Amino acid sequence: MAGRTARRATRASGETMNDQVLSFDVVVIGGGHAGCEAAAASARMGAKTALVTHKFETIGVMSCNPAIGGLGKGHLVREIDALDGLMGRVADQGGIQFRMLNRRKGPAVRGPRAQADRKLYREAMQREIAAIENLTVVEGEADQLRFSGADAGSVTGIVLGSGQVIDCGAVVLTSGTFLRGLIHIGDRKIPAGRSGEAPAMGLSQSLEQIGFELGRLKTGTPARLDGRTIHWDRLEEQPGDEYPIPFSTLTDKISIPQIPCHITRTTPETHRIIRDNLDRSAMYSGEIKGRGPRYCPSIEDKIVRFGDRDGHQIFLEPEGLDDHTVYPNGISTSLPEDAQIAFLRTIPGLEDVEVIQPGYAIEYDHVDPRELRATLEAKRCTGLYLAGQINGTTGYEEAGAQGLVAGLNAALKVADKAPFIVDRSEGYIGVMIDDLITRGITEPYRMFTSRAEYRLSLRADNADQRLTPLGIEIGCISGERRVAYEAKMEKISAARGLLQSLTVTPNEATEKGLPVNQDGVRRSAFDLLSYPNVTFEGLQKVWPEFEQMDPVVVEQVTTDALYAVYLERQTADIEALKRDEALGIPDSFDYEAIVGLSNEVKQKLLDIRPATLGQASRMDGITPAALTLILSHLKRQSQRGAA
Amino acid sequence: MADTIYALSSGAVPSGVAVIRVSGPEVRTVTEALCGKTPAPRKTMLSRLQDPASQEIIDEALVLFFEGPASFTGEDVVEFQCHGGRAVVAAMLRILGEFPNCRPAEPGEFTRRAFDQGRMDLTEVEGLADLIAAETESQRKQAVRQMGGALGSLYENWRKRLIHMRAMIEADFDFADEEDVPGSVADEVWKEAAALRKEVTDHLEKSKSGERLRSGLQVVLMGAPNAGKSSLLNAIAGRDVAIVTEEAGTTRDVIEVHLDLGGYPVTLVDTAGLRETDGIVEREGIRRAEERGRQADLILWAVEPGGVEAGHSQAGLPEDVTNQVPIWTVRTKADLETLPEQDSSGITKEIPASSKSDEGTKCLFDALTRFAEETISVGEAPLATRARHRHYLTDCLSGLDQAVSSDHLPTELRAEDLRWAADSLGRITGRIDVEDLLDVIFRDFCIGK
Ligand SMILES: Cc1cc2nc3c(=O)[nH]c(=O)nc-3n(C[C@H](O)[C@H](O)[C@H](O)COP(=O)(O)OP(=O)(O)OC[C@H]3O[C@@H](n4cnc5c(N)ncnc54)[C@H](O)[C@@H]3O)c2cc1C
Ligand SMILES: Nc1nc2c(ncn2[C@@H]2O[C@H](COP(=O)(O)OP(=O)(O)OP(=O)(O)O)[C@@H](O)[C@H]2O)c(=O)[nH]1
Ligand SMILES: [Mg+2]
Repeated sequence: MAGRTARRATRASGETMNDQVLSFDVVVIGGGHAGCEAAAASARMGAKTALVTHKFETIGVMSCNPAIGGLGKGHLVREIDALDGLMGRVADQGGIQFRMLNRRKGPAVRGPRAQADRKLYREAMQREIAAIENLTVVEGEADQLRFSGADAGSVTGIVLGSGQVIDCGAVVLTSGTFLRGLIHIGDRKIPAGRSGEAPAMGLSQSLEQIGFELGRLKTGTPARLDGRTIHWDRLEEQPGDEYPIPFSTLTDKISIPQIPCHITRTTPETHRIIRDNLDRSAMYSGEIKGRGPRYCPSIEDKIVRFGDRDGHQIFLEPEGLDDHTVYPNGISTSLPEDAQIAFLRTIPGLEDVEVIQPGYAIEYDHVDPRELRATLEAKRCTGLYLAGQINGTTGYEEAGAQGLVAGLNAALKVADKAPFIVDRSEGYIGVMIDDLITRGITEPYRMFTSRAEYRLSLRADNADQRLTPLGIEIGCISGERRVAYEAKMEKISAARGLLQSLTVTPNEATEKGLPVNQDGVRRSAFDLLSYPNVTFEGLQKVWPEFEQMDPVVVEQVTTDALYAVYLERQTADIEALKRDEALGIPDSFDYEAIVGLSNEVKQKLLDIRPATLGQASRMDGITPAALTLILSHLKRQSQRGAA
Repeated sequence: MADTIYALSSGAVPSGVAVIRVSGPEVRTVTEALCGKTPAPRKTMLSRLQDPASQEIIDEALVLFFEGPASFTGEDVVEFQCHGGRAVVAAMLRILGEFPNCRPAEPGEFTRRAFDQGRMDLTEVEGLADLIAAETESQRKQAVRQMGGALGSLYENWRKRLIHMRAMIEADFDFADEEDVPGSVADEVWKEAAALRKEVTDHLEKSKSGERLRSGLQVVLMGAPNAGKSSLLNAIAGRDVAIVTEEAGTTRDVIEVHLDLGGYPVTLVDTAGLRETDGIVEREGIRRAEERGRQADLILWAVEPGGVEAGHSQAGLPEDVTNQVPIWTVRTKADLETLPEQDSSGITKEIPASSKSDEGTKCLFDALTRFAEETISVGEAPLATRARHRHYLTDCLSGLDQAVSSDHLPTELRAEDLRWAADSLGRITGRIDVEDLLDVIFRDFCIGK
């Protein structure tokens, strides 16, 4: 991280600078996971950046589960890292239990995950933020956005709660669950962005003022338990991986002590108490209008929908090495506090548990992501970028990845440079953003590997190969990473070259114990490796020199070989995708003028205004014939425009 | 490399002349295989068209070859101007689909290629509008659901099962750490996939519409001895083809008559009545009857008043036949009893018939005609639609086959094959989306920490 410490990020307080107007290239609102990546990315690009957030101390706070990564999500973290973002490095500094999920399945569906020590994570994030050149943290609440033009068509700055005005060329809004946040515990309602933190009430009005329609979503979190009152000896232990694998390619080794989790489960008695109190749960009494995610059901939901199960698993996850707070993963709830305590104490190990903070549900405003471009800029307002939970997603990784894209593009915009877009064949980042802006959301959006149609090529292990070169091109990659990346790539391509150049006859292979067809065809070492029953160790019997190879390189080449045939089959698809993505549709494109499109299809196109022919093709109801028609009119309208 | 695409580019058949257009890199291969050689560009050639697989002559046609880039699409293009009969066109479309890398064109796809190659004259744009009449994705889904009884619900059923299979496999990846998702679902899925593979194979085997147009639909009369099968055959054929006596077990051989029902060829087959018997000849007759039933497009189960129903355990219909072949019940000797009023408007599965008068078989006659229409043709552009279906079903089948047979490969690769299968079927039934999978996963499993 050399070079970054030269000019430390300044901390400014919005409260004391009322008299003078501050001015930045890019202002990021919100110091959550999206905001941190956005601010860091913008500053890395050389834009003079301000991160406006309520309190410096809450930068890097994990609102919910103290864990980073997982299936799909771990891919996102690796991609953030590949573009030199913060999340991977920070998680490596805070991770107290690393696990590679799906370790026994193939590389494409493996997902790195780590539980984090909340405090270590937060402190590491704050250190990273403070060390970034060009970045100023401003403490305060952004209360209003400032727009220019009669139709408020572009953003020019923000106003803090204190009245302080900050001018800027672009704003990245990452206010998380804070927009008109409302916490529910039983029938108690508390306006808040997170437990104990005030919500942001003003910004929603600014958004509505320029015509955004805000929707409501909800999510929940479980009670936090006092670990000193848990009977650990009665519980099953779940250890982490013996050799933790870091998120970041810049981390050599995890040096934090690793600790286990414990597992327990609900009992029939737990279910009975929950059932008896259902009408007191905010979610079941009709208090909550927002829609929650199906993959993060509250324990009330689980009992109502899957009451036939004899118990539901709970992971007891320590929140830190020197913190006795325990996060009981699997039982988020909005029951009143007394009912929470009652049901918790029916769970083995928790018979005498004390609650530090009750669980709660939270409702918040979000924007329809179909209002956004692939850069995450709002279509209706130039220079205004939205990222994170405000776009209807859930999760730190989803937020961080969007923040990164929004931050990069905000900086590119003020520098008058071409936007940075990751497409669906290049990264989970591209899949997520394309899903959001094309299909919108009906529940909080979370990443899954099944969302990625090019899953075999979008792996956690090759995120750097997919994205770092794109990052180098736009200039968001530090010297250190670039050097490390180029060195790694050299080794990989040398290894691949070697494996492709060395060949054997079927006879020779069989002699050395490698099973192949006796068809007289010479095969290269790389070809052999693509057979599922040939291992790299097997190859070493034929070519002892392979023993010298770096294990990281070996793993890469082995995976490439295993998937080679399938990846080839995808190339035609990917080419077609790229071709259609290259055909841009201007905002001014006149769909009304197209004779032959049904009104229904026209309306859909007008609502979403796809930016490329590719995006249009992924919209529901758009057939190849409709695409051809659009394409022909594109050419025609652009000819007219030129004439 | 781009696929080679083909389509019937003249109007609906039957017609005087039908133009079948092919565009793409395989055009020369295709032309050579069908005509023996590729004609000089832009010169018409009269040539016989021969099915490369069976060597059978399909038609004599005018063949026009355009060499890319000087063609409509900018690629190599060949046009076959054949006779516009249903059988010829169906055969051509089927044969073209059997070439590697050849597939039916999506609506508008020729034009799209023309654009991509910069070959499209902008004044032609308005002409495209017609194409748009061809369905949106949601209409496509609906169309399948309404496609008419059997076929629509068959495809819809396959779609559901594929969604289920994919959902189980994907749950195993994305929710591996959830206790509610049993780690062993995958094995079940490959069994289900194998079952579906068999069904799709059988279906494709039967639905070679080109061949069917020539050989006719196979409709097989089955039933207990003396149910009145042979009499029905004679009545419908309008002549005495089969021997009729009051003795049970009269018919021993398989007897065929060829009919023309509303322009569609149908073969009606009379068979021996099914029963337990010691007679060697009769047993052989029953074996033949069952064999024909297995290959049938439709079985007419004849029941005389008080006779045995098709579903009854004593009916003697082998289980594989009842599972695979649609069966209609024909209430024979209707003149002997008064049956409840029948609705003769739609295809009913219970049809009264009497061999004693012309009137007596009218209902059956009409129902069979409609069945032939619906089975051989679907909707507006019958042959083209069927050719597309066949093509994507074949793709679907190859995905299923790969997935089932690659048990030496890691699951994520087999999942890829399953995705390929689902995407191919989705081209007929409407896209199979991640959301469809997630719906199943969250419905069946309690997911979420
Ligand atoms: C109760 C709860 C339960 C959750 N459960 C889950 C879960 O089970 N699984 C899961 O994956 N994810 C869950 N999440 C989601 C996850 O925490 C968020 O998706 C992620 O933190 C979103 O990141 P963000 O950067 O968009 O916003 P946040 O992390 O919420 O950060 C927003 C930041 O912006 C600041 N801010 C907001 N408004 C202003 C303003 N006007 N001016 C200045 N600063 C402002 C806030 O102080 C805060 O620092 C949950 C969140 C909550 C609150
Ligand atoms: N009244 C009346 N008698 C019929 C009718 N159809 C057949 N029969 C009589 O039923 C008897 C059996 O007729 P078949 O046609 O030989 O019956 P089958 O089903 O072919 O019998 P097998 O060949 O023995 O299996 C004959 O005596 C026919 O005359 C009908 O529609 N009405
Ligand atoms: Mg007979």
